[in-house]
Amino acid sequence: MYQYDSYDQAMVDARVEEFRDQARRRLAGEMTEDQFKPLRLMNGLYLQLHAYMLRIAVPYGTLSPRQLRKLAHIARTYDKGYGHFTTRTNIQFNWIKLEDAADILAELATVEMHAIQTSGNCIRNISSDQYAGVAADEITDPRPWAELLRQWSSFHPEFTYLPRKFKICVIASPNDRAAMRTHDIGLELVERDGRVGARVYAGGGLGRTPMVSPLIRDFVEEEELVSYLEACLRVYNRYGRRDNKFKARIKILVHELGVEEYRRQVEEEFLHMRTLGIQPPTEELDRIRAFFAPPVYETGLSEEVDRSDPDFALWLDRNVVAHKQPGYAIANISLKPVGGIPGDATADQIDLVADLGERYSLDQVRVTHAQNLVLPFVRKADLYALWQELDAAGLGTANIDMASDIIACPGLDYCSLANARSIPVAQKIAQRFASKEAEIGELKIKISGCINACGHHHAGHIGILGVDRKGTENYQLSLGGSGAEDCSVGTITGPGFTEDGVVDAIERATNLYLTQREEGERFLDTYRRIGMAPFKEAIYG
Amino acid sequence: MGDLLNFRDGETIAETPVSIEEFLGASNATAVRIEPGEDARLLLPHLDRIALVEVTFPAFTDGRGYSSARILRESGYTGELRASGDVLVDQLFRMRRSGFDSFAPDKPLDPAVVETTLSRFTEVYQKSVDGRRPIWAKRHEVN
Repeated sequence: MYQYDSYDQAMVDARVEEFRDQARRRLAGEMTEDQFKPLRLMNGLYLQLHAYMLRIAVPYGTLSPRQLRKLAHIARTYDKGYGHFTTRTNIQFNWIKLEDAADILAELATVEMHAIQTSGNCIRNISSDQYAGVAADEITDPRPWAELLRQWSSFHPEFTYLPRKFKICVIASPNDRAAMRTHDIGLELVERDGRVGARVYAGGGLGRTPMVSPLIRDFVEEEELVSYLEACLRVYNRYGRRDNKFKARIKILVHELGVEEYRRQVEEEFLHMRTLGIQPPTEELDRIRAFFAPPVYETGLSEEVDRSDPDFALWLDRNVVAHKQPGYAIANISLKPVGGIPGDATADQIDLVADLGERYSLDQVRVTHAQNLVLPFVRKADLYALWQELDAAGLGTANIDMASDIIACPGLDYCSLANARSIPVAQKIAQRFASKEAEIGELKIKISGCINACGHHHAGHIGILGVDRKGTENYQLSLGGSGAEDCSVGTITGPGFTEDGVVDAIERATNLYLTQREEGERFLDTYRRIGMAPFKEAIYG
Repeated sequence: MGDLLNFRDGETIAETPVSIEEFLGASNATAVRIEPGEDARLLLPHLDRIALVEVTFPAFTDGRGYSSARILRESGYTGELRASGDVLVDQLFRMRRSGFDSFAPDKPLDPAVVETTLSRFTEVYQKSVDGRRPIWAKRHEVN
């Protein structure tokens, strides 16, 4: 994986000192909270209901065991012994003291980590495919590109006070595992005439106005990508709406201008940008690429896996996916134990994953946007031993992409923006469906505790949105969303439900699916084939 | 109003800037003011007669002025480029990188904090209009 050189290290070290000084001035009363807020946000520090929350960037979801151990240490020393992995593949700690924040950032800097731009109206952490580098369907590893963009977007002189936050995702497979088209800019690396370049989508997003991003440009050459993105961002910075925070994302600009007009303005700006020499030379991407070179794989490894333990066999079927290298597999670690908090991991679990990453996965661990972890380089022969260790630590849940593998935001239990709780709903759904999920098959349920949609509910096969209705929590149900390559926004079924009512409603919907499905159909496929009406009928009867 | 901060080689321009509308009219002014929603490119045909462009920041969170500044510098403007209004010390670094060379903050800035803030980042990741060589150029010995 990428390693900082002295330049990168100097940047994060300077950032720690900058923040230390800003926090000191704030604590000394030299700065108002209004002035401090955007600065702390750009260091990932939010003020939540009970304490500060610190969101730490995990660039393109890749972590080393050394970094994981540091995160576990932070969880133990500065938090309550656990951390929460997010839908942006970051990790956040919910019980942080402002006085400690600079020390935590300093600790992170020692393992080449930071919280730069994990919040605020700036370019956020660049996300990518959790199977990057090991997926059989990728045309190249997207992470070098993501790292190039991480550097380009860090402390950008022009794009740090944008109308609103800005999220970029880079993938390199036709199968989208990173919800690329729900991002402000989505880049899909594609090959054309033997050259790799980027297909650029812009104006996707969830929130209160969900949109699947339209294609803006079919191909941008590697040598021009930064110039092109500067053009995209400049048009947005200049013309994105600033009168209403809820209409300030780029999706609204693209929608209001129309794709054609946005594209035209970007092209015009691009003609100018490409003359400025702002694009790093191709040698820079080559330099970064060398860090992501494939490992030295062992050859002649056994393809055999003993499936005689039924619990292990279930985990194999649900959590292990094909690797591009013979003899190896990709193992998902679910952070969704039934009845647990989606995405949470204790310090001990994080330490264990670090150990397992070292012993079984060539020192690499990934974070997924579905709030799970991945060991990307496991020898098939090691899978059983790995599973036994995971299982013993409560990390062996076999439910990837199943009903209990729920994406949920922190909700009203933590978040000051939330209208309703998300975690208890996720727990109840998981408990209700755990015994039936084998029959139901792939079903992506996503829960947000407010309209900001951090739980990606619009992109759920089944989505749940918590709202506050006359002082009581009420849950709206939607069906038919997807964050994958068949990206779509779900449709609301009708009137909302109580916490228990929404669980019942989902059960009525899945029961209908079980009676209506045709061979090989997932819940989403059946919904798309038969439409909302029968589901509505089943749910509201 | 705080003191004017000057990072130019020479003096700052004393002339009071006029609005862009007035400037583009029959004005002889050589100092012009751009508000956040105004298009800096309207000034491009007139750069040779402008000595001062003042870019206003009614709220420091409105970042349109950074684009205005960079566009002017990218187009060869060499006169004074002043940021005025809600200009706070923590924004100065990026403003300098975007081409501003003088500042008229609403509230005075602590010179010591200004000094520390502007000298903190010894390296930069991007090429902008301040002449600093980005990290990638140093890594690969290109300009």
